[in-house]
Amino acid sequence: MKKLYLLFLLTAGQTFYAQTEIDGIMMEKKQLCTGITYEYSSWDKYWEGTFYRENLNMGTVSTQKTAINANYGVTDKLNVIFSLPYVTTKASAGTMIGQKGMQDASLTVKYMPYEKSFKNSSLSFYTIGSYSFPTSNYVADYLPLSIGLHSKVAMLRLMGDYQFGDLFTTVSGAYAKRSNITIDRNTYYSDQMHYTNEVNLPDAITFNARLGYRTNRLIAEAVVDTWTTQKGGFDITSNNMPFPSNTMNMTKVGFSAKYYFPQLPGLSVVAAYNHVTNGRNVGQSNAISGGLLYIFDFNKTHIKTATDEK
Amino acid sequence: MKNNTYKLLAISCLAIMFGISISCNDDLVERNMQYPQLNPTNPDANAGTWSTLLLTAPDEFPLPAPTATTSSAYKAEINEIKSYQANITDEQQRIVDYWSAGGVLRWNEIMQTLVARHNRPPYQNEDGTYPAPSAANPFANPQFPFSNPPFAARAYAYVSAAQYDAMVATWHYKALYHRDAPFVVDNTLSVLVPKSPLPSYPSEDGVLAGVTVEILKLLFPTEIAYIQQKADEEKLYRIISGANVRSDVDAGVTLGRAIAAKFITKASTDGAGAAIGNQTLWTQLETNAIANGETPWRSLDIPARPPMLPLFGNVKSFLMTPANVVASRPGPPPSTNSQQFLNELNEVKSYSNDASREHMKIVSFWADGVGTYTPPGHWNAIANEAFVYQYFSEVRWARNMALLNISMMDAAICCWDTKYHYFNPRPCQVDPSIKTLTGVPNFPAYVSGHSTFSGAAATFLSHVIPSRAQEFEAMANEASMSRLYGAIHYRSDCEAGLQLGKTVGNYAVQRALIDGAE
Repeated sequence: MKKLYLLFLLTAGQTFYAQTEIDGIMMEKKQLCTGITYEYSSWDKYWEGTFYRENLNMGTVSTQKTAINANYGVTDKLNVIFSLPYVTTKASAGTMIGQKGMQDASLTVKYMPYEKSFKNSSLSFYTIGSYSFPTSNYVADYLPLSIGLHSKVAMLRLMGDYQFGDLFTTVSGAYAKRSNITIDRNTYYSDQMHYTNEVNLPDAITFNARLGYRTNRLIAEAVVDTWTTQKGGFDITSNNMPFPSNTMNMTKVGFSAKYYFPQLPGLSVVAAYNHVTNGRNVGQSNAISGGLLYIFDFNKTHIKTATDEK
Repeated sequence: MKNNTYKLLAISCLAIMFGISISCNDDLVERNMQYPQLNPTNPDANAGTWSTLLLTAPDEFPLPAPTATTSSAYKAEINEIKSYQANITDEQQRIVDYWSAGGVLRWNEIMQTLVARHNRPPYQNEDGTYPAPSAANPFANPQFPFSNPPFAARAYAYVSAAQYDAMVATWHYKALYHRDAPFVVDNTLSVLVPKSPLPSYPSEDGVLAGVTVEILKLLFPTEIAYIQQKADEEKLYRIISGANVRSDVDAGVTLGRAIAAKFITKASTDGAGAAIGNQTLWTQLETNAIANGETPWRSLDIPARPPMLPLFGNVKSFLMTPANVVASRPGPPPSTNSQQFLNELNEVKSYSNDASREHMKIVSFWADGVGTYTPPGHWNAIANEAFVYQYFSEVRWARNMALLNISMMDAAICCWDTKYHYFNPRPCQVDPSIKTLTGVPNFPAYVSGHSTFSGAAATFLSHVIPSRAQEFEAMANEASMSRLYGAIHYRSDCEAGLQLGKTVGNYAVQRALIDGAE
């Protein structure tokens, strides 16, 4: 396991977006950043509504996610980002079989309409739209071991980034609109009976704040992230299984780092850790992740570094 | 210039993406909200002569004669209808739309809701033991009931059986008193539902509300407020819609309540209260299996949970006698020491290893586990959707649901009798490397409950709607096989269960042939 940890990059645990779209970094025109990322997350305690408990029939529930990512600079101010993860899940106890499969592809348009430099600082604003959709016929109605919720998600995010010397902060908020999903049952009980195979998932609002150190070689940051489902969700009832349309709220804190190798232009390594501090109808997961990224420059000029990219 | 183009492109992309998603309509279209209003092809005017299940005669409980439709009291009741109709609210219209699909149907759906809401195994105590729900103290943790499949099968049966006897009594008194419907008495009255040609005293919906509330209060005592609210809606619907006057409805409620009392007396002495057993019995079951040279069942829940309702096989039914139950019991499953057992175990393992998406779908469709309306509930839903388009009268609805649910209660009794007679282990108990596609139920494997319920239900439904017999049988076979695909049952459990279900279902069919309805 240790070996794997060295290769990491961060993709957020149970979220749907690649981390690259919520940072204040843009690819320059005709640059393509690609990479592979891996994440391991697990929990053995969860919140059943507000009741914090373990489930000896599941033991530790773990998720491994390997994703390919690409971020292309259409212009200096407009990036298009793609991500596609493969996910496997497993429970350490009980009899329930784990799941695996290609999960949801996401396509993101990241636009920076405003950027201004001052004497020792700079300020920029972004509008980020993303759309994710399932790429396989995986089972959604098998929580907590399903690999995803099989919903199409459209997310609109507004973000600001401020850099002062080598220090920076990035703050963003997004609304995630989630489509109804279809499950294998044609009747189900949520907090009432539904005589349909369609499930209405509550939308969600997410906030992300990052604070740290950023130079042309190294980015090191602390991250706080919240995910709050909106109206329509309901709590897991006592000793019941979770359901895709449950209320699912969580607050995560973590750290992440990105390092550009001076001797290998274009190559960077990323690593991250996050921990769920508080939640509702979610596992209290710890996630560790890492990855390798490489920037191809189709301008046929030198490889830019982190600060150049800004 | 070029920059502006990109800017425009970016903004339009974002706008389109967001526009698409916002415009998606999230409203669910539910099948049971598309049902037509009840408008029977045959009103079954002579149903007052059909055989009752528990009542000694349709008039065992007396109903006083109604006041004359020429009285001033009756005119005041007609005016009440007109006043409601003149000021009908959206909520009242919703109530009319909902209930006019049929009272037996809607109460059955309400039952499914109650079963699903209470179908959760208790959470363990600190010391790893489990508390048991108590009918005497239903609000204590864990709430009474835990509506697992045997409890649910019996609950559906009691409600449906009581409704049936109550409808036969209703039809008897309709014919006896022959009180005209309000829209016959006053032909200026508008009616929001199809006009029934039958007399309107007592109101079938009043009787249904009266009888069902009392039985549900016994079965789901923590839900009285919810149940009463539904009954009030049903009564209001009849008056607002102009189908009944208030005295039709009130008389119905009184009659329904009286009939319910007889079923409640039976329910309190049918043995279900003792079905949980005790530690001595649980140990004895294990000891017996070992003495027979077999591997005994043990709970795979962590911490280990007492077996589910080991004495449910002794519950007294409506149709089958205890001797019938024992006579229907299948022969033993393959010995846990036999080659056939090993072969079947390997077959289970192969399905676990396969776990194809198609099998996963079938397993999930039929799982009906914790937090659902259970397999008997699933067959109630199947029956409802089939019966709606047969355009039955309320009394025929009640009769068909009663025989369906009694056969599934019999299926629960026979299946549980078999399970605890043989007390054999689940596949993943014997081979822990077998992973399952659904939860492992907390009781012995042989025979499969899903298979027994499905065999019984499909047999009876095929009798009611012969043109769909093949379809019902295919559903039962799929439900049965879903337990093998899910790696929680051996093939023997499924096949013997299905066969047992057919035997049990045939009792309902035999009864249907002689109850006067066919």
